Amino acid sequence: MVKIKINGNEYQADPSKTIIEAARENGISIPHFCWHPRLSVSGNCRMCLVEVEKSPKLVIACATKVADGMVINTKNERVEKAQNAVMEFILINHPLDCPICDEAGECKLQDYSYKYDKGVSRFEEEKVRKPKRVELGPNVMLDVERCIMCSRCVRFCDEIAGKPQLVFSNRGDHVELTTAPGEKLDTPYSMNVIELCPVGALTSRDFRFKARVWEMSSTESICRGCARGCNMNIWVRNNEILRLTPRLNPEVNDYWMCDNGRLNTFKYVNSDQRIKSPMITKDGEMVETSWEEGIAYLVHKIQNFKKNEIAGIGSPFATNEDNYVFAKFMKQIIGTPHVDFSRHIVEGEEDNLLIRNDKTPNTLGAFEAGVYPSEKGYNFQQILKAIESKELKCIYVLCDDIAVAPEVRDALSKVDFLIVHSPIKNTLTAIADIVFPTATYAEKNGTFTNFQGRVQRIRPAIATAEMDRSSDGMSLSRWDKFGAQNDKWTKGNKLDVRPTWRILSSIANTINPKFRYNSAEEIFNELSSTIDSFKGLSYLKIGSKGAFLNKKTINEKKSIKVS
Amino acid sequence: MAQTKITRTSDLTFWQKLYIPEIIKGMKITIRQMFLPKFTRQYPEERWNPPASFRGRPVLVEENGKERCVACGLCSRVCPALAIEVQASETELNKERYPVKFEINMLRCIFCGLCEEACPEEAIVMSKEYELTFNNQEEAIFGKDKLLISKENLKERLEFLRQYR
Ligand code: SF4
Ligand code: SF4
Ligand code: SF4
Ligand code: SF4
Repeated sequence: MVKIKINGNEYQADPSKTIIEAARENGISIPHFCWHPRLSVSGNCRMCLVEVEKSPKLVIACATKVADGMVINTKNERVEKAQNAVMEFILINHPLDCPICDEAGECKLQDYSYKYDKGVSRFEEEKVRKPKRVELGPNVMLDVERCIMCSRCVRFCDEIAGKPQLVFSNRGDHVELTTAPGEKLDTPYSMNVIELCPVGALTSRDFRFKARVWEMSSTESICRGCARGCNMNIWVRNNEILRLTPRLNPEVNDYWMCDNGRLNTFKYVNSDQRIKSPMITKDGEMVETSWEEGIAYLVHKIQNFKKNEIAGIGSPFATNEDNYVFAKFMKQIIGTPHVDFSRHIVEGEEDNLLIRNDKTPNTLGAFEAGVYPSEKGYNFQQILKAIESKELKCIYVLCDDIAVAPEVRDALSKVDFLIVHSPIKNTLTAIADIVFPTATYAEKNGTFTNFQGRVQRIRPAIATAEMDRSSDGMSLSRWDKFGAQNDKWTKGNKLDVRPTWRILSSIANTINPKFRYNSAEEIFNELSSTIDSFKGLSYLKIGSKGAFLNKKTINEKKSIKVS
Repeated sequence: MAQTKITRTSDLTFWQKLYIPEIIKGMKITIRQMFLPKFTRQYPEERWNPPASFRGRPVLVEENGKERCVACGLCSRVCPALAIEVQASETELNKERYPVKFEINMLRCIFCGLCEEACPEEAIVMSKEYELTFNNQEEAIFGKDKLLISKENLKERLEFLRQYR
């Protein structure tokens, strides 16, 4: 540790750190474009110039190591003048695009223009024109004019994604970012360059022009794309999810997220295939019904079966809370030992950055929460066989389209009574006898447990008929805050869906009045007091970054077999 | 509670207290007006043409058959009454984006003119129109069909704005 002085205050610093890192650790931010904590230092934007006493010229804070007794100034007149000059220089060829630029509102260049620029340009010549709509790859769009040549994207591809797909061509003010001829920016992590890009040069083709950033609310959540459980934010406008962006968590996903997670895990929430009310099959046709009637019908029907004729299939897509209530409902209320869930493993997908073979967010959690066969109970494969042999006649399936596999579909269509929870119409709901529409991960509170055993929170981002944006503590955009009853955007499409635990609770309640839960948190508290591996955890402790399961008590005997 | 003492700046004079002379003074003014030229307008047959500085309902400027607006949403953000809703989309034109949907809720609009001031494209301006009637709330939401007005018809306002640039 060495002693340094920044802006007159003394700090301790690690001598292997650069000035920008040491300052950051002590809460002092030095403006920068090209430096990024996870990328190599390139030192080309010159925005981080600071004054170091006894050094004749200003130095760049990103590439200068701290030394004992160093006296650093990050905001005196000399530094400010240099910052003004760098800003003026960068803006020479930067187009006046803010009104049509998706980055506006979260743009480093914009922010720094307010903070460090004089607001006038002495440049009277024509700006250099460059191509504006370059499709760099399947998911990323490039506006060459807006690029400030910081090389963050280039370094990301080389160093993090491990695929050197981007390069600069030409020189001077004609420099252009490009891919090698015939190549595309198509790594599974390509969209991370969008947030890395300090300006609006790289934008998402999916989100392009959909909304301005200040019009959306953002909610901290967890990606459901695989067992990594990347921390992310859900961005919503008019009760519709428009994009997902990674949220920093050094122990899980760092600054990153994969393209598949970003693009393919939320669209079903907005889909017109959502189920709008409980449905029952009458004379071979699905008809809508009310919640009360649906539940009464189920309770009436289920009494026709012996408890050993019923099996429950939980879901690695559902939360710990949902699975816990489901396991408890099946084992205690129904009294069947046959409880399991289906795994979704795709071999060979795994890499050493984020992506996992297990394509569900909560395999470990479903298991730990109790979704496994009790003694003499059947596992998933055995359940299918027992259906064929007519031993099992009634199956209860939680949100998971297991029927996409033809053999599962064949088996399940032979069941006398098939109960399904699902947010969306799919192959499984098509053969069900009763369907309850459930809230998706973006419409409820709960937790997922990732492959590391880390329990992480999801929060509602989309309002439903039973969940109100302002009264249920959801995040609000300015429009949500000040909208009135008769404004179009507040009327939005609110579905009458309920979280699985609430549906199960209402069903169980009619059989055993003591079985009742009022919130996901209440369930979690029960779960953490009854299941060893969850001991000591609470929503408060999980917070926004997650908390670990009790590693020692994860039951080895039950431990997940990849089948 | 603090007490406020009410004091008269001046007491009524003797003549004012008499009351009758004051009434006569008032009648004099009234009777004089009867013989002066009349200002009453026979609205709606006779309409008023406001000066260029007048802030009537906000409209979108149409140029070469297209809106100038690039759907940046700044007017929508600045509007203190949340009257404006813009939905952008991509266009082949040079400007890259345009509003597929542009709506102003005229029941919300307070005619402040901030949208006009915020617009980087001079695409939304205050017109001279002050006659607004609707029979229900839906009708009060003006879409692009009602908002687009050709540049030629907004000449006066555009020139007025130029003076202050
Ligand atoms: S990159 Fe930033 S500064 Fe440049 S046009 Fe876009 S928002 Fe404006
Ligand atoms: S595209 Fe963005 S990240 Fe890449 S070099 Fe240009 S400014 Fe930097
Ligand atoms: S005039 Fe004022 S209130 Fe009316 S739309 Fe414009 S900004 Fe909103
Ligand atoms: S500020 Fe101007 S350009 Fe932007 S959305 Fe409004 S009218 Fe269109």
